[in-house]
Amino acid sequence: MLLAALSVGLMVLDHQTRYGQHLRASLVVLVYPLQYAVTVPGDLGRWMADEFTTRSRLERDNETLRTQNRLLRAQLQKYAELEAENIRLRELLQSARKMGERVLVAELLSVDLDPYRRMVKINKGSRHGVYLGQPLVDADGIMGQVVRVHPLDSVAMLITDPDHTLPVQVNRNGLRAIAVGTGTGLKIPYQPNNADIRPGDLLVTSGLGGVFPAGYPAAVVESVETNPALQFATITARPAARLDRGREVLLVWPAGTAPAAARAEVHR
Amino acid sequence: MSALGHRGGIVIALSLALALMLHMVPLPGWAAAARPEWLLLVVVYWCLALPERVGVGVAWFAGLLLDVVQSSLLGQHALAMALVAYLAIKLHQRIRVFPLPQQAATVLLLAGLYALADLWVRGMTGHAPSVWRALLPALTTAALWPVAFVTLRFLRRYYRVA
Repeated sequence: MLLAALSVGLMVLDHQTRYGQHLRASLVVLVYPLQYAVTVPGDLGRWMADEFTTRSRLERDNETLRTQNRLLRAQLQKYAELEAENIRLRELLQSARKMGERVLVAELLSVDLDPYRRMVKINKGSRHGVYLGQPLVDADGIMGQVVRVHPLDSVAMLITDPDHTLPVQVNRNGLRAIAVGTGTGLKIPYQPNNADIRPGDLLVTSGLGGVFPAGYPAAVVESVETNPALQFATITARPAARLDRGREVLLVWPAGTAPAAARAEVHR
Repeated sequence: MSALGHRGGIVIALSLALALMLHMVPLPGWAAAARPEWLLLVVVYWCLALPERVGVGVAWFAGLLLDVVQSSLLGQHALAMALVAYLAIKLHQRIRVFPLPQQAATVLLLAGLYALADLWVRGMTGHAPSVWRALLPALTTAALWPVAFVTLRFLRRYYRVA
């Protein structure tokens, strides 16, 4: 009975306040060795695959990467000029948009978490300056945000988690919306039936809410169903990031938040 | 854990650690929903075999570690695990003499109760999965009980855990 009361107390503490973080951070030390033991076979397999690839395959990979690099660099030239122009124009408009976000590459750990949530564990923690609510992106778009920070690793909630909402805007016309996770994809609630939003529209983060930096691709609208009997349109979207593939992710420090400041945030 | 003071406490601790690791091993999506409750199997076994050493407290702590491992709400699995351990200890003299299939049926009930307690907490704090989906692990857990029982009994006898 005492333990039951204790559990309920703990759950309330963890759900309503942030104090649970400290307890969790100390308990997590106990399970680190187990977690590493679990990830070792997978890491070993990847290491073997890396070590024993054939020469021809390496050459082929090298060739593709070289081509891709050339293409990207060509695009980057254009981008650099565009960025300069953009900054110039914004200065003219006196608008305060900060450029230059700091990023850190993190790797997904191959451990399973709660089967009913969309969460991933990454191998960077408060030692590396990760803070609560930090955005996580991959090469194609926004993945999610950090919800638990431990000393050596942290847990991020993906944008498809049913508890996650993401402020977005339609890239084509700037229409603001929110994208709510459904477990498998995203839905855009509270858009009137005549909203200017079409399948194929790119949704980018709007930066409202202050968690995610503005302008990252978030999702692509998949279907828009309007039913005159309903007050709002039923809109579904597919995340732009490849949430279920790839192991490398990027942690973003939005412009203006230095990692040192971020560290203070975690310990508060 | 006070249990470490007696003979073979390390075996109990290692079996619990192994169960926790089995909870972390990545499974494909369709199998993840039916992942057996390994920790529940191990806790129930030790509660039946050595109720004077592995009790509600150990079960609660094991459940708490499972919460940390799964990054769920702290205390969510701990509560369910303590409940199951309490019942297992209350009924251990009966369950011990059951033949294996009947023991498995009892484990099915315990695991179902565990799943329901878990579902209850989920329902209160956010989004609950459907009841049938939540009860799926109870079936796989019960199906694995004979294997777990024989393995753990072998370990207990081999290392003379008492």
